[in-house]
Amino acid sequence: MTDYNFAYLDEQTKRMIRRAILKGLAIPGYQVPFASREMPMPYGWGTGGVQVSAAVLTPEDTFKVIDQGADDTTNAVSIRTFFQRTAGVATTTSTSDATVIQTRHRIPEEPLTEGQILVYQVPIPEPLRFLEPRESETRKMHSLEEYGLMHVKLYEDIARHGHIATSYAYPVKVEGRYVMDPSPIPKFDNPKLGDMAAIQLFGAGREQRIYALPPYTQVISLDFEDHPFEASKADHPCGMCGATKSYLDEVIIDDAGGRMFVCSDTDFCDARQAAGHKGKDAA
Amino acid sequence: MYVAVKGGERAIENAHAWLAEERRGDTTVEELSIAQIREQLSLAVNRVMAEGSLYDPDLAALAIKQARGDLIEAIFLIRAYRTTLPRFGASEPVDTGNMACDRRISATFKDLPGGQVLGPTFDYTHRLLDFKLAADGEAPKAPTRDTEPGNVPHVTEFLNREGLIEEAPHDDTPPPDLTREPLEMPAERALRLQALTRADEGFTLGLAYSTQRGYGRNHTFVGELRIGSVPVEMEIPELGFAVEIGEVTLTECETVNQFTGSKTEPPQFTRGYGLVFGQTERKAISMALVDRALRWEELGEDNVGAPAQDAEFVLYHADNIQATGFLEHIKLPHYVDFQSELELVRKLRREAAAQQVQEAAE
Repeated sequence: MTDYNFAYLDEQTKRMIRRAILKGLAIPGYQVPFASREMPMPYGWGTGGVQVSAAVLTPEDTFKVIDQGADDTTNAVSIRTFFQRTAGVATTTSTSDATVIQTRHRIPEEPLTEGQILVYQVPIPEPLRFLEPRESETRKMHSLEEYGLMHVKLYEDIARHGHIATSYAYPVKVEGRYVMDPSPIPKFDNPKLGDMAAIQLFGAGREQRIYALPPYTQVISLDFEDHPFEASKADHPCGMCGATKSYLDEVIIDDAGGRMFVCSDTDFCDARQAAGHKGKDAA
Repeated sequence: MYVAVKGGERAIENAHAWLAEERRGDTTVEELSIAQIREQLSLAVNRVMAEGSLYDPDLAALAIKQARGDLIEAIFLIRAYRTTLPRFGASEPVDTGNMACDRRISATFKDLPGGQVLGPTFDYTHRLLDFKLAADGEAPKAPTRDTEPGNVPHVTEFLNREGLIEEAPHDDTPPPDLTREPLEMPAERALRLQALTRADEGFTLGLAYSTQRGYGRNHTFVGELRIGSVPVEMEIPELGFAVEIGEVTLTECETVNQFTGSKTEPPQFTRGYGLVFGQTERKAISMALVDRALRWEELGEDNVGAPAQDAEFVLYHADNIQATGFLEHIKLPHYVDFQSELELVRKLRREAAAQQVQEAAE
């Protein structure tokens, strides 16, 4: 594919996106409007993440794409192929070998390091959206730091259910200022957001927003003193590699409703199995 | 034994191959040519150009062929292509008063300078399936006559002379560009019109219809509807003057709306405006009605809370490429989020059950 520029987008567009990224890094957690382009894949399928990746990728980069923690889910395959074709960059499934990782719904289990960039695909960047549908209102609420509505929502959850009934896309506060949507990662992943050595960039294409967390940013999941935040996962070890501290997918394995639990992070699980770890369901 | 699902890559390739085969259909039936689509499905081509925001009948026809006739998919192909094109500059504003009209009707005046021209319209056809078409699609030659020379003036200009209709003051401010800047609220009228002209026809039609049924009613007359071609001129920097670079077919609709006056405006007629690429009449009329409904604030009207009055609601949901992408993304895997919901629901149920047992014991 020689008819397109490196990583598909033209340089002017990349420059516009880089400016938004820099602004986002300068104001952690603030949603920067950007002139999102129509991409050759549908809105809602990672166009924000793809535009951010296109803007940060260099020919020397090694690129990894995961969806639900896995490198081989169809949309991850599709996005990886897109950058192989349009940027010709090296790709990998290994978390530690990658310099840029685009993700949907997970943070890799293996801690990221300085120099790596984690790019999130974001469907709805506005953490207040389902409390207030109007963009004009929510922007005002952010500028006035008016987050009472969010606390009331969390409190009502506790009053009604005994727990905060948000299990993914769990809202966080960044450096004591902006309330931010971490994208629909399970709340199990929330503690990894803070103090991360890597740069975290969030791209929402359809909603035309970019936001960012520079390395070692303070990120706190919203909670109450008497109902502290709890990162939860299925209470099982991985059936394949025996890991007890990784996030698990539940897989139905027979007609009788039999099930097993496996790591959602395929690279993490494969590496452990290769190192000889064995779960109870492994062959 | 459980084996993790692999082979997404192969599955995708095979799916694409199957799709291509299905697109072609039965190979004993002759293949459609781009020219056939362009010439014989021209209203589909027009819609794809309008909502794809790219005036190129051949590319639109190609997109329709590739999309197997799914017009939203075709619009998507055009948009994705369009966004990669370099931008050389902007044309001069087109002068629709100088349009070579194929059709021009007014619902407000029985006769008027330039006349009423029905043009190639479905309006008074009886919607009876023409079984003859199934066997033989040749059409008899339509009678012709010479066009009357001279401009076809806009109906609203006549009303304007009497001061009966609101002024549309000349404004040279460069309009914002929806495709180069993020859509932010509040959106001025030029931006709203840009969004509406590429908005989904069905969504725009539904909103326009809702205003007619009372959700933000602003009784509308079609002051004028015209379809025809206009020259496109562009100033070439090296020349220092504008030269004609081509022609586009446009549909323009100007509505005249009753207005009893408000705190700030005297009683007069007000305007709604629709301008769309190609012969796209339903869309242009719908656009004009929605444009008028969105103008409640600048005219000092009451916001009755109707959907068509709500600029944020209308503009953020009118783009079918955004809408279809987000709607269809729920087909993508969500096992991670679903798993976290499963854990939560199980936990809440466990606790609720335990509480019931405890209450029963007490």
